[in-house]
Amino acid sequence: MIGGLFIYNHKGEVLISRVYRDDIGAVQLPVSVHVVVTSLWPCRRNAVDAFRVNVIHARQQVRSPVTNIARTSFFHVKRSNIWLAAVTKQNVNAAMVFEFLYKMCDVMTAYFGKISEENIKNNFVLIYELLDEILDFGYPQNSETGALKTFITQQGIKSQTKEEQSQITSQVTGQIGWRREGIKYRRNELFLDVLESVNLLMSPQGQVLSAHVSGRVVMKSYLSGMPECKFGMNDKIVIEKQGKGTADETGKSGKQSIAIDDCTFHQCVRLSKFDSERSISFIPPDGEFELMRYRTTKDIILPFRVIPLVREVGRTKLEVKVVIKSNFKPSLLAQKIEVRIPTPLNTSGVQVICMKGKAKYKASENAIVWKIKRMAGMKESQISAEIELLPTNDKKKWARPPISMNFEVPFAPSGLKVRYLKVFEPKLNYSDHDVIKWVRYIGRSGIYETRC
Amino acid sequence: MTDSKYFTTTKKGEIFELKAELNSDKKEKKKEAVKKVIASMTVGKDVSALFPDVVNCMQTDNLELKKLVYLYLMNYAKSQPDMAIMAVNTFVKDCEDPNPLIRALAVRTMGCIRVDKITEYLCEPLRKCLKDEDPYVRKTAAVCVAKLHDINAQLVEDQGFLDTLKDLISDSNPMVVANAVAALSEIAESHPSSNLLDLNPQSINKLLTALNECTEWGQIFILDCLANYMPKDDREAQSICERVTPRLSHANSAVVLSAVKVLMKFMEMLSKDLDYYGTLLKKLAPPLVTLLSAEPELQYVALRNINLIVQKRPEILKHEMKVFFVKYNDPIYVKLEKLDIMIRLASQANIAQVLAELKEYATEVDVDFVRKAVRAIGRCAIKVEQSAERCVSTLLDLIQTKVNYVVQEAIVVIKDIFRKYPNKYESVIATLCENLDSLDEPEARAAMIWIVGEYAERIDNADELLESFLEGFHDESTQVQLQLLTAIVKLFLKKPTETQELVQQVLSLATQDSDNPDLRDRGYIYWRLLSTDPVAAKEVVLAEKPLISEETDLIEPTLLDELICYIGTLASVYHKPPSAFVEGSRGVVHKSLPPRTGSSESAESPEAAPSAGQAAEQPAVIPAQGDLLGDLLNLDLGPPVSGPPLAASSVQMGAVDLLGGGLDSLMGGSGFTAPGPAAPAGMGAPLGSGLGDLFDLTGGVGTLSGSYVAPKTVGAISMDLVLTNKALQVMSDFAIQFNRNSFGLAPAAPLQVHAPLAPNQSVEISLPLNTVGSVMKMDPLNNLQVAVKNNIDVFYFSTLYPLHILFVEDGKMERQMFLATWKDIPNENEAQFQIKDCSLNADAVSNKLQGSNIFTIAKRNVEGQDMLYQSLKLTNGIWVLAELRIQPSNPSFTLSLKCRAPEVSQYVYQAYDAILKN
Repeated sequence: MIGGLFIYNHKGEVLISRVYRDDIGAVQLPVSVHVVVTSLWPCRRNAVDAFRVNVIHARQQVRSPVTNIARTSFFHVKRSNIWLAAVTKQNVNAAMVFEFLYKMCDVMTAYFGKISEENIKNNFVLIYELLDEILDFGYPQNSETGALKTFITQQGIKSQTKEEQSQITSQVTGQIGWRREGIKYRRNELFLDVLESVNLLMSPQGQVLSAHVSGRVVMKSYLSGMPECKFGMNDKIVIEKQGKGTADETGKSGKQSIAIDDCTFHQCVRLSKFDSERSISFIPPDGEFELMRYRTTKDIILPFRVIPLVREVGRTKLEVKVVIKSNFKPSLLAQKIEVRIPTPLNTSGVQVICMKGKAKYKASENAIVWKIKRMAGMKESQISAEIELLPTNDKKKWARPPISMNFEVPFAPSGLKVRYLKVFEPKLNYSDHDVIKWVRYIGRSGIYETRC
Repeated sequence: MTDSKYFTTTKKGEIFELKAELNSDKKEKKKEAVKKVIASMTVGKDVSALFPDVVNCMQTDNLELKKLVYLYLMNYAKSQPDMAIMAVNTFVKDCEDPNPLIRALAVRTMGCIRVDKITEYLCEPLRKCLKDEDPYVRKTAAVCVAKLHDINAQLVEDQGFLDTLKDLISDSNPMVVANAVAALSEIAESHPSSNLLDLNPQSINKLLTALNECTEWGQIFILDCLANYMPKDDREAQSICERVTPRLSHANSAVVLSAVKVLMKFMEMLSKDLDYYGTLLKKLAPPLVTLLSAEPELQYVALRNINLIVQKRPEILKHEMKVFFVKYNDPIYVKLEKLDIMIRLASQANIAQVLAELKEYATEVDVDFVRKAVRAIGRCAIKVEQSAERCVSTLLDLIQTKVNYVVQEAIVVIKDIFRKYPNKYESVIATLCENLDSLDEPEARAAMIWIVGEYAERIDNADELLESFLEGFHDESTQVQLQLLTAIVKLFLKKPTETQELVQQVLSLATQDSDNPDLRDRGYIYWRLLSTDPVAAKEVVLAEKPLISEETDLIEPTLLDELICYIGTLASVYHKPPSAFVEGSRGVVHKSLPPRTGSSESAESPEAAPSAGQAAEQPAVIPAQGDLLGDLLNLDLGPPVSGPPLAASSVQMGAVDLLGGGLDSLMGGSGFTAPGPAAPAGMGAPLGSGLGDLFDLTGGVGTLSGSYVAPKTVGAISMDLVLTNKALQVMSDFAIQFNRNSFGLAPAAPLQVHAPLAPNQSVEISLPLNTVGSVMKMDPLNNLQVAVKNNIDVFYFSTLYPLHILFVEDGKMERQMFLATWKDIPNENEAQFQIKDCSLNADAVSNKLQGSNIFTIAKRNVEGQDMLYQSLKLTNGIWVLAELRIQPSNPSFTLSLKCRAPEVSQYVYQAYDAILKN
């Protein structure tokens, strides 16, 4: 298991050091590296220094997130310029160590915001307290912030009543460790965000070479008590199952349903129930969390089409014409549109004319960047550019990198629709109808490229 | 809050000031002071002098302050054991506190203080906490048992904590169960033989129930523990798989990977014809793909594991090539791993896409990545024949870029392509020759020299090219020198008239001016060869080369199977067994995949496969090693990327190939010979590859080959040898000697070869053996190392003998005695095996075995199955008891062996298998 956990700043100075197991002490530094350490923990310090010398101060780029120095393994993740490193001498579950390090980052962010040297120094007592709680002898324990915040407060502990204490412990160890009991809101409200990133690689002729959507459903819940929720979407498997009863509905809803390649869920979702009935039921954590992630590859609505036309005029000139077409309902508006047209390395000058938005040649990026603030559906726009080239004797032809695009649209390119989110709280007197629900769809470009 | 101020106080006299503050009456001031102490501790300052003052602050009702003091204690108690005792009272008191959070905190901290005197006091509180009414305390106490075990294992056993811990597996709280499982798993790892985690269908059921309810971390502990369980049959394996599959949708990648591990392992037991098997395969692909959308560090772990999975079961991801395409912003470690997997998945169906991608990658900036991409193109050409032409033209395009490392890498892979498809792409040689000057890496130079030598007849100025290399002969690396020597000899044999001078020059450089023994010896061999028999020289040096195989860097299958058992862990990231990077007793236990049951197809797992099958398969799966030996004559280039660890045995297998016809029929699949007049091989020393070239060479000149055939009769033990003289000289004065071995086998008479052995003559000899020689345990147990001496040299070989030659005639045990002994031998010593495809009935079996001194003591018929109880005795007096279960309709027999020396069971089983199938 994890033998120790260290947090370093960008200089390699230790900000936090928590050793769980003695065995990690014996890391010997390479002889050539002479480090003067004025410390009482000579052995532990060696592990600390070994990582600094070999990873943080290493000249070249990080070649692996797992480093083995003198039979000791170091796992690290970096957040801005802070390094978190877990150290072990055993054959630990590597995936678990990384998941834990990410979780550790989440917990710290939830407590004091951005992970920075200043924040860490300001909260080092809290961090030690957290580390004591969420990692015992190197075994990760309950690390849900919802639960942790009930008893690690840094506000000075009020002497809790016996009921309060047992409530805390039963929650920390309980089956729903992510939510505490007794939450009350005057207004029961929930927000669902369907966030998708659509990825495309298209041939110059407009043929889709590969396309997929990776999506997330993020929920913000402000609900009283221990609400039982059930989430429904237009999952093809579910719709078809229901459709068996009423035959005419299959034809109608069949088109609107989507095939999900794979999905993963937050730990609050009952996986065995999803496996057997494909229903998504859960008791949500309080506040914001990621309910599910999914991936689809079929019937993706591509919000934009890029039609490139590149013509070489002689050896010193290129003519580029790019048309973009928006392919969604006219009533919807796409935002933050950016088209990036690569230019050859020997470009000497560019003249651009565009119908809409602003376009600029950026020599440092070797590209023409065309930005449009907003664009409605079923519209098209065009840019044409003349690129002057310096004559070179380089025989190698220009590789013509693909044209890439960025945008944001207010719908889900996968076609995913939230059908319902039902809330039941049997103990409190509010019903599903009283809950105010908000649903929002945002589709963003991932890697959205058209070859030219 | 501005705790950061504590980091900045570095005045002199600080300790003194802190001391005063710690003893202050004001609570706030005390707390501030402790915080300062902790901050100093973190940055590495020695604040141990404050020990008594800090411990004085322990008695407080302020939980935050208490935690800080505890933190201090954990760090310094070991250096101040006497003073640490001062804290004991508070700990013991805190373990009784009404607040469960404080009880847990106390027991948690006490376990972290590794001072013997304190651990003594820990036992009573720990015992109470293990049975605490509050689950939070119990789950903390469970981990504390593991801590205590780490400090003092004996104490934990004496105090009976292990039993209490086992009881916690049935706790009502899932988190307690999970922590108890984690603690037990860890303790069990340091006691491989103990039956601590007594997993049975009932406890498995409990774990599976807790799996649905506990935290993500708890699920990982439980899944990792489940993976160690060996289901009784395929039905149980399937039902566990069914309950584990929902975990594949968990958001935590570690849960997913641990679930994949359980499924991959138990899948071994399922019959491939089963519908469920197919369903499971289909279910595995999407979650593996989803892992690639995790953070880069996790992607890396996932990719390293997918690399193993793709090798073990390529069918799972064969349609998912695209997801492994490299993204421009992937970190380099993710890019390199994706590339590796892309090549493993490359097939005729997707090769066009793959090549287009690889071509893109070859123009990237990272040198390592570009090199690997170029190499990958070469591997595609070798793997998918249809694409070879396209690959070659892509490589030529890349050579045109003139980027130094791209060119060198391309030449190295083109050399491999030439070897795979001889006489097909030699038209590109001219282009390659243009780049001769830019090659500065030994591997690329050696590859180019090999090409020039191999195709000397087509390159007009081959002699000039090689001569140019010869100028700086002494500055070249050994690899290049050896290659240059061979290439020039090849050139000479092809164009003898013009190159005599050149060959003289290189031979004298190699033999007279070099102090490298490999180079010198090879030089001499060529020299003698050329001077005595140029025709033979031609046959040897220009012999037809074996083709190279497609997959060059597969992980050796037994290692792969072991690594599959470690999916998700560091071992799977390093692609090394835990023993390679973990110190001490932990992780030394080898894990292996379960044997397939419930189906008639032959088992895939190594321990169930008879050794004969294994021996036959091995060279095919590790071609890199086999190639190395088989082809060293012409090529000194190492295999592209091969995993050398654990491959010693495969080197031996390669040596068998090397001798060709002389040896191919070794009965019982056992055998290994490697004779060679000039071989300085020590007894039992595995052949280093450096020697391989010598053997190959001498194989043409003259050698003696001996082969060992296991005797077909029992009674007197004897060894049948066929000695063939392949040397040009007459051989005489033969003598034989055995190395010490497990059962003390030794020749009972001297080796009698009556007439001197003329060249190309063979003689068959039967050598009587006895078992009074000296004993030394061998690995494998039935390994025998033999030396044969004659007037020319000493020849060494080793062989595996079937164990049944050692079964003695008085091996029949009394009935009562049998029953008593069976009960007396502990259950751990029982080993179970499957004998497949045997159609004999019980009586025939009994008779057949009797012929080999395996005696049937009793026969029973239970529910239609015949049970045979048998005994046998080995020459050294070891008794082996057996129970053989025969079902009339089932061709698979179940053999249970009990023996006080359980290590022989495996070989007894092999003997059974061989006797019954003979």
